[in-house]
Amino acid sequence: MTTMKTSSRWSGIGFQALAVLLALAFTTIVMLISGADPLQVYQNILTGAVGSPVKIADILVAWTPLLLATAGLLLTFTAGLWNIGIEGQITLGAIFTTWALRVLQPTDLPPALIITIGFIAGALGGMFWAGLVALLKIFGNVNEIFGGLGLNFVATALTIWLIFGPWKRPGVGSMSGTEPFPLELWLPTLQGFRLSPLSLAMGIIAIVIVYILLRGTYFGLRLKAVGRNGRAAFLMGIPTTRYMLMAFLLCGLMAGLAGATQVLAVYHRLIPSISSGYGFLGMMVAMLVNYQALWAAPVALFFAALNIGSIQLPIVLKLDSSLSGVLQGSLVLFVLLMDGVRRRLTRS
Amino acid sequence: MKSKRIWFVLSFVLLLTLLVSACQPAATPTQAPQPTQPPAEPQPTQPPAEPEEFIIGMLLVGPYNDRGWSQAHYDAGLYVEKKVPGVKLIYIDKVNPADRPGTTPEQLAEDLLSKGAKLIIFNSDDMKDGAINFARSHPDVPVIHASGDTSWKEGVNYIEFAKFGNTMGKMEYGKMIAGCAAALTTKTGQIGYLGPLINDETRRLTASAYLGAKYCYEKYAGKNPADLKFKVTWIGFWFNIPGFTADPTQVADDFLNSGYDVVISGIDTTEALVQASKARAAGKEVWAIPYDYEGACAEAPEVCLGVPYFNWGPAYLRAVEQVKAGTFKSYFEWLGPDWTNINNHDTSAVGYVFGDALSADAKSNVEKFIAELAGGLNLFVGPLNYQDGTPFLADGEVATDLQIWYLPQLLEGMEGQSVPSN
Repeated sequence: MTTMKTSSRWSGIGFQALAVLLALAFTTIVMLISGADPLQVYQNILTGAVGSPVKIADILVAWTPLLLATAGLLLTFTAGLWNIGIEGQITLGAIFTTWALRVLQPTDLPPALIITIGFIAGALGGMFWAGLVALLKIFGNVNEIFGGLGLNFVATALTIWLIFGPWKRPGVGSMSGTEPFPLELWLPTLQGFRLSPLSLAMGIIAIVIVYILLRGTYFGLRLKAVGRNGRAAFLMGIPTTRYMLMAFLLCGLMAGLAGATQVLAVYHRLIPSISSGYGFLGMMVAMLVNYQALWAAPVALFFAALNIGSIQLPIVLKLDSSLSGVLQGSLVLFVLLMDGVRRRLTRS
Repeated sequence: MKSKRIWFVLSFVLLLTLLVSACQPAATPTQAPQPTQPPAEPQPTQPPAEPEEFIIGMLLVGPYNDRGWSQAHYDAGLYVEKKVPGVKLIYIDKVNPADRPGTTPEQLAEDLLSKGAKLIIFNSDDMKDGAINFARSHPDVPVIHASGDTSWKEGVNYIEFAKFGNTMGKMEYGKMIAGCAAALTTKTGQIGYLGPLINDETRRLTASAYLGAKYCYEKYAGKNPADLKFKVTWIGFWFNIPGFTADPTQVADDFLNSGYDVVISGIDTTEALVQASKARAAGKEVWAIPYDYEGACAEAPEVCLGVPYFNWGPAYLRAVEQVKAGTFKSYFEWLGPDWTNINNHDTSAVGYVFGDALSADAKSNVEKFIAELAGGLNLFVGPLNYQDGTPFLADGEVATDLQIWYLPQLLEGMEGQSVPSN
């Protein structure tokens, strides 16, 4: 959007602000309908999110996998791909990480090494699953949305099967998850917090890499060309297939790392909904920021804060936490809607 | 072309939003039933001292109004509110791996703590790890884990904590009574057990229902217990989570459609009762026995043979008093019914209320059975074999608490999985 003239940039910002206001208004109406006091709700979300250092750290804990997922999605979106299969890619990352830890746990390897291998395994798992989507698209002509959606279901089924079957707790048949890993295989956290500086750094590095890739490299430029007009890019000599595959694999890598983080730093075991919906949430973030890496980090942080802050709602106001999802969803909807309105107005 | 694209994007976003919101927990009704306020006291001449505020923080695995396990805990909280002036219950419900993505029980417990809770109650077996993690990082905060064994010194999972209480009712008795009522009602001689997940607790409770059924089938119905079919089908969790568990509605229907005319529920919610009611409306002569919550029969009294339920109130009341007095220490309790009146809300940890569908004849026999239990009848006495035929108890041998709590298999004569197959 660098080519945009100043006036239209300002009008763009105006429309975005309008979109945010509309989303807030819409969410407020939802609250009023459900009989809640909107001011109290917003206040509770705020204190729930930033009320204490532990809370702020918890936001960063949620931010990390969301950031990884969003960073990966920026690449696939840039290549014009709807990688809806990211949920499955996160899940496979978590499965591979769990697998690696289970295999290495009885060995004498130092825990730090096992954890490192766990991360690598997670990245491979995500790439594997993303690679399947890519192959289905490139060689099977299966649209990545359908391929990804299908593989999401397969990933969930695989998780359930592992939890009830080969990886079940001894004598237990419950979907609650596998046996937790011993403390030494937990990613070290800051004293008194659940936040691991290591995984946080990984999330930040990922988004920075994606920013640089898309902003200042030949690779990013070509990826954009593929996304804008694949046919033209192909005719100009860009190997579009290879670029699409690369986008998928890189996204899978980051999704896999997100899954690994969920296992190593948050749950310390495999649970059925190990992706925590961060893949879909990441898609919303990416759409909301119009696929620009610069804005992805703060918006993802905001979304993470909404998730953590809304935990307070059921305690104090007996409201469902999914209210934050209403706000997140309506934000995306209205921003896109306003974008459409702006284009229509500026065209005429 | 362009507008087509916008529409594509928009409809996609809409789809995504729907997907995301579908993954969120179902909306809880916004108006929680208000605890009934104690009647206004006559105005005393001296204004009484403001009672000291004491907040109980409770994590519920299911919805607070599930007519089952979680509601029994929720109501116990309200009971303590009524009994002790100044006590206030705050809670988070639907605390399980599927309903609250991205959170852990220990994290949610901290939210309760930040809202002033002085005692944290983890209400589910599923939160065992969460409760332990929380206790590790907050050793000074009194914690109760209902149904757990962490503080049982003789148990196999003992961890030493300063302020970690475990409480559980001896639901074995409730299940035996339920089994008895089922055996005295069934006409096909086939009882179905709608099982939750498989673990020590569910194995011993299912086995208890079977023992009660077998005993009453022989003694009061005068039939051969070897002819009694008792089958358990597990769904994989304490309640239905679509996509993750087997569907309890389906499981209950399968029982009812294949000759099992009584379904005993072992899950937190009331699907067995609801499906039996539907089958009855369609002309089938079937019954069900719900679980956990005293008021569970109300949903379909015409097919309800009664309900074995938990009464957590007295245990929580004691804990609150101990915390207030500063005497709260780690403990493990496994509380039996008050045999003078198993339905006494102030003294009995487990109870059984009869349902409308239980015939007068069967009811009088179940009452006799309860009197026998009160008189010391023990059904966990040998000879008893495990499901695979290996001996569990020799002739006359009485099972210890440890043997019952950690029952490794179902019993001989029961159909269904003892442990999940690979």
